[in-house]
Amino acid sequence: MAEITTDMHGDDAFEDGVRRRDFIHVATLSFAGVGTVAAVAPLLVQMAPSADVLAQSSTEVDLSPIQPGQAIKVMWRKQPVFVRNLTPTEIAAVDAVPLSSLRDPQTLAQRTKPGKSNWLITMGVCTHLGCVPLGAGPGEDRGPYEGYFCPCHGSAYDPAGRIRKGPAPKNLEVPDYKFSTDKIVQIG
Amino acid sequence: MSFPWAKHYEPKSDFMKWVDSRLPIPRFVYSAVGGGYPVPRNLNYFWNFGFMAGLALMIQIITGIVLAMHYDPSSAGAFLSVEHIMRDVNAGWFLRYAHANGASFFFIIIYLHIFRGLYYGSYKAPREVIWLIGVLIFLLMMATAFMGYALVWGQMSFWGARVITGFFSAIPFVGEPLRVWLLGGYAPDDATVNRFFALHYLLPFAILGVVILHIWALHIPGSSNPTGIEVKEEQDTVPFHPYYTAKDGFTVVLYLLIFAVVVFFLPNIMGDPDNYIAANPMSTPAHIAPEWYFCPFYAILRAFTFNFLWIDAKLWGVIAMFASIILLFFLPWMDASPVRSSGYRPLYKKFFWALVVDVIVLGVIGKLPPNQPFILIGQFAAIYYFAHFLIILPIVSRIEKPLPLPNSITEAVLAKHSSTSTLSGDLAAQPAE
Repeated sequence: MAEITTDMHGDDAFEDGVRRRDFIHVATLSFAGVGTVAAVAPLLVQMAPSADVLAQSSTEVDLSPIQPGQAIKVMWRKQPVFVRNLTPTEIAAVDAVPLSSLRDPQTLAQRTKPGKSNWLITMGVCTHLGCVPLGAGPGEDRGPYEGYFCPCHGSAYDPAGRIRKGPAPKNLEVPDYKFSTDKIVQIG
Repeated sequence: MSFPWAKHYEPKSDFMKWVDSRLPIPRFVYSAVGGGYPVPRNLNYFWNFGFMAGLALMIQIITGIVLAMHYDPSSAGAFLSVEHIMRDVNAGWFLRYAHANGASFFFIIIYLHIFRGLYYGSYKAPREVIWLIGVLIFLLMMATAFMGYALVWGQMSFWGARVITGFFSAIPFVGEPLRVWLLGGYAPDDATVNRFFALHYLLPFAILGVVILHIWALHIPGSSNPTGIEVKEEQDTVPFHPYYTAKDGFTVVLYLLIFAVVVFFLPNIMGDPDNYIAANPMSTPAHIAPEWYFCPFYAILRAFTFNFLWIDAKLWGVIAMFASIILLFFLPWMDASPVRSSGYRPLYKKFFWALVVDVIVLGVIGKLPPNQPFILIGQFAAIYYFAHFLIILPIVSRIEKPLPLPNSITEAVLAKHSSTSTLSGDLAAQPAE
């Protein structure tokens, strides 16, 4: 049975042993904690992309000059995006690959928009360590699978941008995009 | 702190007496690096690298501050301002070459300093905290060097920054947002080069602060020594000044001599020529390799080329690379042998040299392109690195029978001296000083 005692500050303890002073300690520390978090938050969020960086987060691409079999590189969020007009032969070839043989199983249809399966739009960023693969520029090495080839560590992608060989874990990422008109694509 | 026979500071002039009684900095310096700090008399030249590391840090800080006066931390201006320093700023080429090569030299010194600690068991009780602080300094140095290299904003800077920050994206769930947060964008750009500059300027001073803790912790038990046995009496020690200030001074001259040869005649020998091409976010260099001092760890990163359990190869590589350094924090408790110096540990000594060879192999592999047979060699070397610390060291330190230790430092010194100087017995009795 706890006795009611008086400490040096004249603070009475209640029967359960909790003093008024304990409440003050908890309240003070809680307020200081909340205040510290509130003060630290701006120091952390200032590191995130600023408004002008985010304002560059969408870009428009005119598809009309891109011939079948051709690809172009466009800049989006300071990173290359590959826009490729697949030939019917390439589409037939990638559709013939059994999904079970793929490291990151996806069909071409899952990686393109409905009715636009010839337009493959992917990030030009290797999913291994972020190098820019070859194959979008004229005359560049497209690698053993005729898609893209990363010179850094030898990852080879097929024409659907799917990883087929080498250290990369995933297919080339498909960014968010939509067809504004038949020939204009908005990325981001 | 220190030993009972350590001399106390006695001000020689009235002025120093006046200062000492108000702010005892002269007393502090005297006890830290002066006549008031007794040091084992048998230290060999491997004990000089701590002093040289301090010099290397000061060279980096001083050249760095003046370079910052001419540098433009923006993605458009960074590379051009570095070229401006090289071509237009008076003596700018010298300052930049001294700073860039100074970083490499700093790491050479630090690696020798670390391997000294590994060979002579300097990390063992009662010096664990010195070792822990040392590993922390090493980590801070790596972060500083990485960000400093990025500031040049050449192709290798840009893609190095891209690949290294890409490690963070391997972390499940939070990885990609974390990477974007670190960069302040989706790829390295203005925000990145600005924050790297701010941190690259800050961290050396953080290192300086931690170095002071390192030396403070060292002065509690005093320096270790090549025999690994503790100081017992006054004749085992000599005062730091003038004995070790003179000895350190000698290697400082050698160090500056070699440093000057590299800065003036071979300034790009340790650099990558691709970094003289301005950063281009749309095109990756054919082969990305870090600066030589990161290569052993880069080789460990790349050793994982296969998925294992539910974790993919990329994350394994990142975990292994960080683990290879974090491991060093646990070293004082993994080595169970009470004997410090490898000189008395015949079995451990062999494995120590095997580790040295292994780290060199990893360093070479880290610089080479990832083709066979280099991938396989790198994988074996990475496995051996971890095996050394996690399997070999704990077992060897428990089963090994060490050689008999000398009774005291003085006995060891005199025994060595009399066995080497057969010409005259008198010489052995005379102090070399």
